[in-house]
Amino acid sequence: MMGFIWFWIVAVMMVAYVVLDGFDLGVGILHPFLARTEEEKQLMMRSIGPVWDGNEVWLLAAGGTLYFAFPLLYASAFSGFYLALMIVLWLLIMRGISIELRMQMEIGVWRAFFDGLFFLSSLLLAVFFGAALANVIRGVPLGADGYFFLPLWTNWRVGPDPGILDWYTVIGGVVALVALALHGALYLVVKTEGGLDQRSRAAARVLWIALLALTVVSLPATVFARPDTLANYQRYPFALAVPAVVLLALGGIWYFSRRSDDRRAFACSCAYLSVMLVGAAIGLYPRLLPSSTDASRDITIQKALSGPHTLHVGLAWWAFGMCLALMYFVIVYRMFKGKVSLEGGGYGH
Amino acid sequence: MGLALLIVVLKTIAIRYKDDRYNQAARFWSKLFAINFVIGVVTGIPMEFQFGTNWSQFARYTGGVIGQPLAMEGVFSFFLESAFLGLFLFGEKRLSVGMHWASAFLVFVGSWISGFFIIVTNAWMQHPVAYRVLPNGAYEVTSFWGLLTNPWGLLQYAHNMSGAVITGSFVMCAVGAFYVLENQFAEYGKVFLRVGVIVGLISCVTQIFPTGDLHGRYVAKHQPAAVAGMEGLFNSQRGAGIVLMGQPNEEKQTIDNPLVVNDVLSFLIYGTTHGEVTGLDQFPRDQWPEPLPLLFFSYHIMAGLGTYFVLLMAVAGFLLWRGKLFRTRWALWPLLLSFPLPYIANTAGWMTAEIGRQPWVVYGLIRTSDGYSKYVSAGNGLFTLLGFMGIYAVLSILFIVLVYRIIQKGPEVTGTGTASTGTSMTVA
Repeated sequence: MMGFIWFWIVAVMMVAYVVLDGFDLGVGILHPFLARTEEEKQLMMRSIGPVWDGNEVWLLAAGGTLYFAFPLLYASAFSGFYLALMIVLWLLIMRGISIELRMQMEIGVWRAFFDGLFFLSSLLLAVFFGAALANVIRGVPLGADGYFFLPLWTNWRVGPDPGILDWYTVIGGVVALVALALHGALYLVVKTEGGLDQRSRAAARVLWIALLALTVVSLPATVFARPDTLANYQRYPFALAVPAVVLLALGGIWYFSRRSDDRRAFACSCAYLSVMLVGAAIGLYPRLLPSSTDASRDITIQKALSGPHTLHVGLAWWAFGMCLALMYFVIVYRMFKGKVSLEGGGYGH
Repeated sequence: MGLALLIVVLKTIAIRYKDDRYNQAARFWSKLFAINFVIGVVTGIPMEFQFGTNWSQFARYTGGVIGQPLAMEGVFSFFLESAFLGLFLFGEKRLSVGMHWASAFLVFVGSWISGFFIIVTNAWMQHPVAYRVLPNGAYEVTSFWGLLTNPWGLLQYAHNMSGAVITGSFVMCAVGAFYVLENQFAEYGKVFLRVGVIVGLISCVTQIFPTGDLHGRYVAKHQPAAVAGMEGLFNSQRGAGIVLMGQPNEEKQTIDNPLVVNDVLSFLIYGTTHGEVTGLDQFPRDQWPEPLPLLFFSYHIMAGLGTYFVLLMAVAGFLLWRGKLFRTRWALWPLLLSFPLPYIANTAGWMTAEIGRQPWVVYGLIRTSDGYSKYVSAGNGLFTLLGFMGIYAVLSILFIVLVYRIIQKGPEVTGTGTASTGTSMTVA
C-alpha cells in the first residue's frame, strides 16, 4: 500500500514538474523564433521571470522524494544514466544563468550570447527529459546487483546493448521537444499581446500538427520497443481512458485555440502532458525501472521501497509541505497574473 | 544566508525609524543577493543529484535516513524561497510595506531552513543516530524527531549559520569601508559599516563561544581521531598543549617547527589542564583521517582566522562605539581587505569536518571506499569533474565581474526600470 502511494506521489511530482517547468522550457525553445525586437525578447523572459525557478523546484523536490522513498532506484538510475544526468545538470546551470544574467549588462553581444544559451539549453533539456522517460519505458540492462551503466549511445538500436540514445529514445526526445514547445506557445498566447501573441498562435498551429503526428507514431514505437507495455492496459481496462483523454486533450487544444479561448487551450495542453506521463506510469507499474534483459532483475516498488517508519513519517510532512507549496504557488501566480508588460517592478539590474 | 538576515535587518530599521537610507541600502544588497542566489542555485542543484550519480552505494543504503531531510529541504525550503524571492525582488511596488518586509523575512526563513536540513543530513553522516538496519542492509530512521534533533546537528547548525552571518557582515563592512575610504557614497558606507560591524561582532563571538567551543568538545568526544588529526597530536598526552603553528610530519609522527602553548588543549576539551587527550597512536592506522596534513591545516586556518575575526571586529566595534570608526583609516583598511577571509574560513571549516570524518562516509558505518558508484569509471568521473571545474570557473568570473559592477555603480542608482526580466531563485 505504501509502495502504491509513494509511486504515485513521485509520479504526481514529476507531472507537476513537466507541466510547470514545461512551459518555461517551451518559451526558451521558441525564444529565437518568436521575438523580433529587444522589447519582445524581454517580454518573453518576463513572462517566466518570477516563476521559472519555483517551477524547477518541483524537479528537486521530486528528486529528493525519490531518494528517500526508493533509494535503490535513485542510486541505480542516477549512476546508470551518469553521463546524461551530468549533461542535464550542466544545461540546468547554463539555463538558470542565462535567464538571470541576461539583463545584467546593456551590451548587445552579452545579451545575444545569453539568448543563444537560453535557447540551446532549453531545447536540449526538453530532448533529454523525453529521452530519459523513453529509456525508463524501454528498460535498461540491469545487473544482478541492481546497477547498470549506459553510454550515451552505442549502435542506436533498441537491442541487448542499448545506449541512452537510440532510435526509440530519440523519438521520445522529439515528442517532448514538440510537446513542450507547443505548451510554451500556448502559455505565451495567454501571457502576451500584439505581434508576439500572433506569432505564438501561428507557432502553436504548426506545432499542434507535428505533435499529433508524433503522438500517433510514438504509440506503436513504444509497443515495438517494449512489447509488454500494454499488459497493464489489458489487465485494467479502465486504463484505456488514457489514450482517449490524450486524444481528447489534443482535440481540445485545437478547438479552444480556434475559438481564442486561450486559457482553456493551455489547460488542455497541461492535461495532455499529465495524461501522457500518467499513461507511461500505468504501463510501468509496479516496476520502477524495468530490465531490458531479464524480467527478474526489474527494479520494482517492492525491491526499492524504504523502510515503513520512514514512509509513514514522510507521508505526514509531505502532505503538510505540499499544502504550503501550493499556497505559495497560488500567491505567486495571482500576483503575476494577466498579460506581461515591461513597466514597473523589479529592482532593475 | 548571512546576507538574507542582514537584508531583513536593514528593512526592519528602515521601517522602524522611517529612514529611507536603509531602504535604499536594502535595495542595493538585494541586487547582490540576487546574483549570489543565482550562482548558489545553479551550483546547488547538482548536489542533490550527486548522491545518486557519484555515491550510489552510499545513497542506496542511506536513502531511508538522509533522503528524508533532503526531500524536506526541497519541499519546505526551496518552494518558500523561490516564491518569496520572486515577490521580494519584483513586488516592491505592488506589495504593501509590511508585505514586502514579510517577503524578505520569508526568504531569510527559507534559506535558514534549507541550511538546517542540509546540516541534519551532514550531521547524520558525522554522528549517526536514531537508525536501524533493515534486512536488506539499508538503514532506516527509527525516530524522526531523533534525526532532526541530533545534538551534533544542532551544534553544527549554530556554528555554520554563525559563519554565514560573519561572511555576510564582512562583505557588508568591506563595501562600507570602500565607500568611506573612497569618499564616494560615504553616507551609505557608514550605514553598511554600522550594521556590518555590529552584526559581525556578535556573530564572530558566537562563532567561537559557545558554538565553536561546544561543537569542538562534542567532536572530541565522538570523533577523537578527528580531533587528534586536527590538532596534530600523534601521541596521547596528559595536559596536552595546543599547536598554534607547525607542519605535521607523518613519517616521523611529529610536528615540525611547533609553536605550542602548554596544557591548553586539555583545558579546552575537559576544562582542566590535566585531562588526557587521545592521540593518533590509539587508533589503528586504517582509521586515521586522511589526508592528515590537509586536515591539520584546514583546522588551523579556520581557527586562526576565527580568532583574527574576533580581534578585528572588537577593535572596529570599539571605534564605532566611540564614534571614531569612520575617521580611523588604519581600521578601515583591514575591514576592506578582510572580506575574502570568511569564505576561506568557512571552506576550511567544512574541510575540517569532512576530512576529519574520513575514512568514513557515514562515521563508523560505511567507509568512503565502499560508498561510491562502482560502475561509473574513473574516466567518466574525471570527464565530468573537469566539466564542472570549467563551468564553475566561468561562473566565478561572471560573479566577480557582476558584483564589481554593482558595487561600482553604488547604492544611489535605483535601476533602469525597463530592465530586469526578473530574479527569483532557490537555494542559498
